[in-house]
Amino acid sequence: MATAHSRAAARLTMSPAVLLLLCWMLIPLVMTLYFSFLRYNLLMPGTEEWIGVLNYQYFLTDPAFFAALANTLALVGGVLVLTIAGGIGLALLLDQPFWGQGIVRLLVIAPFFVMPTVSALVWKNMLMNPVNGLFAAIAKGLGLQPFDFLAEAPLSSIILIVTWQWLPFATLILLTALQSLDRERLEAAEMDGAGALDRFIHIILPHLARAMTVVTLIQTIFLLSVFAEILVTTNGGPGTATTNITYLVYAQSLLQFDVGGGSAGGIVAVVLANIVAVFLMRMIGRNLDI
Amino acid sequence: MARAATNRRKLGLTLLAWSIGIVIFFPILWTALTSFKTEAEAVASPPSFLAFHWTLENYTEVQQRSDYFLHFMNSVIVSLGSTLAGLLVAVPAAWSMAFVPGRRTRDVLMWMLSTKMLPPVGVLIPIYLLFRDTGLLDTRVGLVIVLTLINLPIIVWMLFTYFREIPGEILEAARMDGAGLKAEILYVLLPMAVPGIASTLLLNVILAWNEAFWTLNLSASQAAPLTAFIASYSSPEGLFYAKLSAASTMAVAPILVLGWFSQKQLVRGLTFGAVK
Repeated sequence: MATAHSRAAARLTMSPAVLLLLCWMLIPLVMTLYFSFLRYNLLMPGTEEWIGVLNYQYFLTDPAFFAALANTLALVGGVLVLTIAGGIGLALLLDQPFWGQGIVRLLVIAPFFVMPTVSALVWKNMLMNPVNGLFAAIAKGLGLQPFDFLAEAPLSSIILIVTWQWLPFATLILLTALQSLDRERLEAAEMDGAGALDRFIHIILPHLARAMTVVTLIQTIFLLSVFAEILVTTNGGPGTATTNITYLVYAQSLLQFDVGGGSAGGIVAVVLANIVAVFLMRMIGRNLDI
Repeated sequence: MARAATNRRKLGLTLLAWSIGIVIFFPILWTALTSFKTEAEAVASPPSFLAFHWTLENYTEVQQRSDYFLHFMNSVIVSLGSTLAGLLVAVPAAWSMAFVPGRRTRDVLMWMLSTKMLPPVGVLIPIYLLFRDTGLLDTRVGLVIVLTLINLPIIVWMLFTYFREIPGEILEAARMDGAGLKAEILYVLLPMAVPGIASTLLLNVILAWNEAFWTLNLSASQAAPLTAFIASYSSPEGLFYAKLSAASTMAVAPILVLGWFSQKQLVRGLTFGAVK
């Protein structure tokens, strides 16, 4: 079927995309790796020298690193639990017959299309602000003390904002998976006297397992790199309360101009992301029948 | 009897679903409403929902205080430019993967995907320094290059999944009739692939429009798209809620409408075919 001629053409047509991605991935990554072994500060040009693993030693023993690692795990884990639990609930609801299904679906997926800087600023100022925000107005209306979300519970507040952004994605994927469920199996189970909870645990949840895994893996990749939401709300603070690994590397390299230390952090971030990526790639690869 | 019970259940579900939908949508609705208030009404306590003095002055003021239109155009150029450049490179690549798959095709596809999983901070510093030294910092060209590259794997994958649904025999027939490679792609494949290419374009414009890591780090006053421009509202002077809302509403509205049209493609494009 495929002639030698078309094989050659295939290689030719594929090469621009492959070469571009190769450059994009390989060159900067090798540079980062190289920088991570240098003393390299943008404020002191000309003093670069090879210092071996010293940057890694500093980065990995810095208390800020442990704080950032803990924050990253809390942020990723918190958002995953909330979006998957909420997504399953919403998917089950949206799958039921009710009036205005299409419109509710549009309302539910809308937050996914709001750019991160806008959603963070809207939540920070118009909803969570302890003086002028809507939540404060509601609290006052109920005779309660307004709560200063980003000062009192900064990380939880950011988890809430990011959950709002990603809930639509989880819902949409889980709903798509739910709709491919064989209705007859559910009906048969109902005939056999299985209650709603039984049907959920023994039929629906196993059917959604694959979609849940995909949501977990894809969201993890994106959530490890949450940045804009932190930059415009808390700048990683108070202290390091909301600094994740991504923000820490940014602060170290572009705010403190420590390219060497920042690069070491970047490599650490790559290693962490790769642990997740391996599992995701396996899932996708299994489904790819070439 | 049974009919009435079904209807009562449907009514209950309707109320529940609509309440949840409105709660989730509320921050967007609230932003849109606030954009039509005066600054004083925007922070009024208790806040008013609809009974306020509707005004358009925030929209004109946002434009006057800082050149909003410039940043809007930056967003348009960067998101469209990077998507078109990506398609130009990806269409031939996806063609060969879908219709002339070799032993390595699978590996290449998976490898392309793996580049998408590289955390951006891993390459931030070299890219930043390269851009600084080549004068690409804060330029639209620079942003188009970066966004093309970060979204290229998604474009190739989406096109690949669409192309695979086109029967390869049609392309082979064209080849038998003596059509060259260029003619095969341009006149046989592309017309059949228009819906798939349009979906890919749509989803990518959305992703590029909302990209906020590279745009924040690589642009400043000149090339800043709306993502980066709106971040400048994080350190406000004086009353600004209504203006923030107006700027945000204009930044979100067009892409929200596009997004609503691309629901289905979203699942397909972002799960790389792992959920059908």
